[in-house]
Amino acid sequence: MMRQKRRVRVMVAKPGLDGHDRGARIIARAYRDAGFEVVYTGLHQTPEEIVEAAIQEDVDMIGLSSLAGAHKYLFPAVVEFLKERGADDIVVCGGGIIPDDDIDKLKEAGVKEVFTPGTPLEEIVNWVENNVKPRQD
Amino acid sequence: MALTFNPKIFDDIEKGKKKWQKELEKVFAARPERLRRFATVSDREIKRIYTPAHLKDQDFMESLGFPGDYPFTRGVQPSMYRGRLWTMRMFAGLGTASDTNERFHLLVNQGQTGLSTAFDMPTLMGYDTDSPKARGECGKCGVAIDTLKDMEDLFAGLPIDRITTSMTINPPASVIWAMYIAMAEKRGIHRKVLGGTIQNDMLKEFIAQKTFMCPPIPSVRIIVDTVEFGTREVPRWNTISISGYHIREAGSTSVQELAFTLADGIAYTEKAIERGLDVDDFAPRFSFFFNSHLDFFEEVAKFRAARRMWARIMKERFKAKDPRSWWLRFHTQTAGCSLTAQQPYNNVVRTALQALAAVMGGTQSLHTNSLDEVLAIPTEEAATIALRTQQIIAEESGVTNTIDPLGGSYFVEALTDRMEEEAFEIIQKIDDMGGMLSAIEKNYPQQEIADSAYHYQRQIDENQRTVVGVNKYVVDEEIPVEVLEIDEELERLQIEKTNRVKTERDNSRVEECLERVGECCSGDENVMQSLIDAVKADATLQEVCDVFRKVYGEYRDPGIY
Repeated sequence: MMRQKRRVRVMVAKPGLDGHDRGARIIARAYRDAGFEVVYTGLHQTPEEIVEAAIQEDVDMIGLSSLAGAHKYLFPAVVEFLKERGADDIVVCGGGIIPDDDIDKLKEAGVKEVFTPGTPLEEIVNWVENNVKPRQD
Repeated sequence: MALTFNPKIFDDIEKGKKKWQKELEKVFAARPERLRRFATVSDREIKRIYTPAHLKDQDFMESLGFPGDYPFTRGVQPSMYRGRLWTMRMFAGLGTASDTNERFHLLVNQGQTGLSTAFDMPTLMGYDTDSPKARGECGKCGVAIDTLKDMEDLFAGLPIDRITTSMTINPPASVIWAMYIAMAEKRGIHRKVLGGTIQNDMLKEFIAQKTFMCPPIPSVRIIVDTVEFGTREVPRWNTISISGYHIREAGSTSVQELAFTLADGIAYTEKAIERGLDVDDFAPRFSFFFNSHLDFFEEVAKFRAARRMWARIMKERFKAKDPRSWWLRFHTQTAGCSLTAQQPYNNVVRTALQALAAVMGGTQSLHTNSLDEVLAIPTEEAATIALRTQQIIAEESGVTNTIDPLGGSYFVEALTDRMEEEAFEIIQKIDDMGGMLSAIEKNYPQQEIADSAYHYQRQIDENQRTVVGVNKYVVDEEIPVEVLEIDEELERLQIEKTNRVKTERDNSRVEECLERVGECCSGDENVMQSLIDAVKADATLQEVCDVFRKVYGEYRDPGIY
């Protein structure tokens, strides 16, 4: 039986103490305008809190934003906690001030894509459309 | 009333303009105007030409006058850069206190005239390095300060009785300032001679920068404590740097930056007066901090309008009598958000233009961003180029030869007037909401900034706005700059250092001191001396901040987008 396809649900999250939320909020709006269901965590979330909220909200993807250098710990930590909770079918991507050398390491750690400053919103939205599908219940 | 221009010339100007417009139509008929719409980076439409007709009602002495004279449009000091150049103050902070101390010595040796400290995120939020909230953050975007020992290492060997120090710190500003005072006193330097600035502006944190600890009302109460204490005990210290910088970085327009910043200043002034302080006792120690963004003339106009508006607010609204209360003295930082990761060397040029606008606007001190700041904490080489940029403007370009060189430009004056008018309209709106604290509660400034930021990003994505190297003149490139790495080992070492301090201190004395802090917070007593005593007893930053959090509760981000 065909079920009606539900909309993609994305969570935009700010892990750590970094307060730079301009990018995260713009991305959240762009996702909303693109027709996704959007949950924005607000600032200062620990990786554990983000994973818990993502499971609660039943999202298909988490977009992490970091501009203060702590991505090397925070992004992989989110991936790890998702695994621990058996929710690693939730896609994790990230963005912010991420040096090139770190991008490969983050991808190895399970972050599916990393967007750096200057990436057009359309490109980010398209990526989600092509790479994130509503999860099976 | 003495008008700037003889009214007779306006007829001639009108005639001349008609003739020119006729010619213009012919030119544009053959080849249309380059853009459909010419607008500033804040999307404010700009006319083809400006003439004295735009300044028809301007009274030279009332609107401009002379530098050092009300309303200070042309500068706060009579001499401006003919007397002394602005303070070249480069923001620095990385890794441990000793690492940053080394960078400070380097900058001072290269001719920098003031220090400016960047703290890491845990310090900015009032957490120690060993807090679970601080994992992975130690030393990443500034220096980690847990105890007085760190503060001592940070300023070791630096002449803090002669040099002024700016500290970019907000929720725990009172505690960090207490550590600075305690550190100086341990070195035998009296608090009365200390000069510098703590940012200590919580309202813009709720609006834009988003480092917070306690809710707005108690946050402002602690700020008023610092203002009161500074007025009495540390008279050379700027107890607050009312900041538009972060409001702009969060995506506001120039006029929103101006209006929200001055509205914050109004709120602090009201609260300090409510405390029973005389406006002329504290207002001279208020300082300001603005962004210098890409649109050159708009920024110059913003700085000039800011001075005139604050002078009017202080004199007319708060009835301040001391001319020093009317001064809007400000620090400027070039716009970090305007820098691009693509073709990063272009950032040197962007920063130079923004720095020039700040100088033409009469700034008292300036930080120029490094070309690699969009990628990581600046390398030494990049920070040096940024400092050299200021030195070239100061000593080679000739722009410092005369005061307010753009004063009298039809365009700049018209823009300055318009900026003032529009910003006062926003301030009126905030007044109608019951002041900035209520406006923040209603998420008014937050929402306005979110709207502007999204609008701007859309314009870039739709190519209505050029960002060189990002949506035009794009090249395939490997980003060629060297990026400074922060050693991951640092976090462990810092935790060890703090633990050593904890084992060597008198814990019962610490407890006693923290209890005193709690009493001051729950009651009406000024908290500052209790903080100085607590940090002298080696209470950690977080231990003190936990008292604030316990007494006042924690503020959580409402997550507006």
